[in-house]
Amino acid sequence: MMDQHYNFAFLDERTKKRIRRALLKAVAVPGYQVPFGSREMPFAYGWGTGGVQITASIIGLSDVLKVIDQGADDTTNAVNIRRFFARTTGVTTTEKTREATLIQTRHRIPEVPLTAAQILVYQVPMPEPMSRLEPSRRETIKMHALSEYGLMHVRLYEDIAQLGAISRAYDYPVMVNERYLMSPSPIPKFDNPKMHMNPALQLFGAGREKRLYAIPPYTAVRSLDFEDHPFEVQRWDHACALCGATESYLDEMIVDDAGSRLFVCSDSDYCEERRDTGHVGTQQAVTLHDALATPADVITPSQQEAA
Amino acid sequence: MYVAVKGGAAAIESSWRLLETQRRGDPAITELSVAQIREQLSLAVDRVMSEGSLYDPELAALAIKQASGDLMEAIFLLRAYRTTLPRLGYSEPLDTARIALVRRISAAFKEVPGGQLLGPTYDYTQRLLDFALLADGEDAASAPNELSRHTQADGLGGANEQALTVSGPVTVPRINDLLAREGLLETPQPSDAAPPGDLTRDPLMFPADRALRLQALARGDEGWLLAMGYSTQRGYANSHPFAGEIRRGFVSVELLPDELGFAIDIGDLEVTECQMINQFGGSREVPPQFTQGYGLAFGGAERKTMAMALVDRALRADELGEPRVAPAQDEEFVLSHADNVEASGFVQHLKLPHYVDFQAELELVRKLRVAHAAAIKEAA
Repeated sequence: MMDQHYNFAFLDERTKKRIRRALLKAVAVPGYQVPFGSREMPFAYGWGTGGVQITASIIGLSDVLKVIDQGADDTTNAVNIRRFFARTTGVTTTEKTREATLIQTRHRIPEVPLTAAQILVYQVPMPEPMSRLEPSRRETIKMHALSEYGLMHVRLYEDIAQLGAISRAYDYPVMVNERYLMSPSPIPKFDNPKMHMNPALQLFGAGREKRLYAIPPYTAVRSLDFEDHPFEVQRWDHACALCGATESYLDEMIVDDAGSRLFVCSDSDYCEERRDTGHVGTQQAVTLHDALATPADVITPSQQEAA
Repeated sequence: MYVAVKGGAAAIESSWRLLETQRRGDPAITELSVAQIREQLSLAVDRVMSEGSLYDPELAALAIKQASGDLMEAIFLLRAYRTTLPRLGYSEPLDTARIALVRRISAAFKEVPGGQLLGPTYDYTQRLLDFALLADGEDAASAPNELSRHTQADGLGGANEQALTVSGPVTVPRINDLLAREGLLETPQPSDAAPPGDLTRDPLMFPADRALRLQALARGDEGWLLAMGYSTQRGYANSHPFAGEIRRGFVSVELLPDELGFAIDIGDLEVTECQMINQFGGSREVPPQFTQGYGLAFGGAERKTMAMALVDRALRADELGEPRVAPAQDEEFVLSHADNVEASGFVQHLKLPHYVDFQAELELVRKLRVAHAAAIKEAA
């Protein structure tokens, strides 16, 4: 039921129009951060205001909306945003990735491949990929204009020199259309390859930082790497305990005092769909050991109980 | 077997109910009315209006009530309300020389045309807790008619305006204008014909002009401005300020509708204005003279406007050819972090789930530890 006290999707039409114009520019220049007149929203800055403003500006009566946070539809922030749009637009909402026309996400890309009929809206905390290397936006704007990304390459090189690996596990920088360095938002690097040549339109909104950017459908997105240190994604030694998936991104839960871990799919819809089609996992928690502990240090949960 | 945690929606609804309970407190105690907040917590209302960027005492009071007195939350509520309000147009510049004075002091001159007026101030109260207020009922000594010297009702202002002001609107020349007449103080010229930018419509980009900087400071967090201003007094940016003038009072807002061709008075605003006077040695082009820093906020906001004036002056380093050596002189640093709605939101977003990113870090650190263990083994 739509709340009649507010305009459709909360924002006034003039604001939506301005945001859509900024989005058009963003689509025309893939990966370029377009400054926009971000509004205060009835959500706190840092809690998805950029994504909410994009969704509010493009959502229509015929859309079917899905909202996820950490891959799941039932996390409190996802519930809150979904209810906000249900209340201010009255559109149909869904938890099924395949049924959605518009998906707002925080920190994940769904496991099910997206289609050309879908739009993925990302919530972005820090749109500037070099913000941790150069805090001044005046400077980074110049660096983007000149395609001067040496700073980032040096940073990645230093990681390899000091740690033997690139220490960015999420928000892993990408080159879009071989022109702009872009923050993919804090999605795990596991999801980076999904952005490449994706048939869906991908829109990114940073409300507090007042920037929008986009990856149009079928755009090349390359995660930065080196020839001798190619980009690779996370892999687990375990399958999902609920559905047995070995190809999905896993969440880790601590299920007892002894530190036993349960690994399950972070994408709750994907996991449910697999279970509905008969896939079953081990249903078992696992015990992890300290790689640096001497054998004598390792105490199994059963020994601990006995003690 | 494990069942995934569900019920975010139910938890949120319970949280709303608990919030209501927290707001109401003990139901045996009389509920606070919005009118009581507006009238009796007026300085809180003023702060919420300034940093919420909306002059509406009633809604500000409502926000304070709804937020259980958390002023930043109240500011956020007011901002979220005003965000989609339509714009009617720009008013004429406020003429703060024509003012119904509540308070007016100058620390630079012993006597000034128009006089010094102490007005309501905590400055000389000795800060002793007034236990008379603990007892229910009005303290006779603070009855409103004692404060009121202004009896002529002009029908424009509220009861509070009449109680606080010494007269209706009169012209009280600004100290700065008097100094500028002698050439001792710079006279800022209005920038060219272009109307000032509006940072609530367009994002703040750097470098920002002074009009935009002042907008950002006016809605900036009082605590942040206070700390930044304070730092300039302690040697982080060399500043020798004098409080040239601080005035508080009611000024009229005028709008010039296109179809009328003359300005009409659409109501009064209570403002506090601070003009700081700072030394300036001059440069090759400019003879030695004083420069100014400016602060303005809604209602009674002396601390805020004084701090704002210090920060405004510090941010003029480039314009005046001063070296930029201190945080308070770095406009991107000062202005990007001045908005408490932005700051509060982003700091508190750390409460949101970050399982996915933390899992990514866990996976990485575990992998690095395995590699580390292998390296140790190899070396042994």
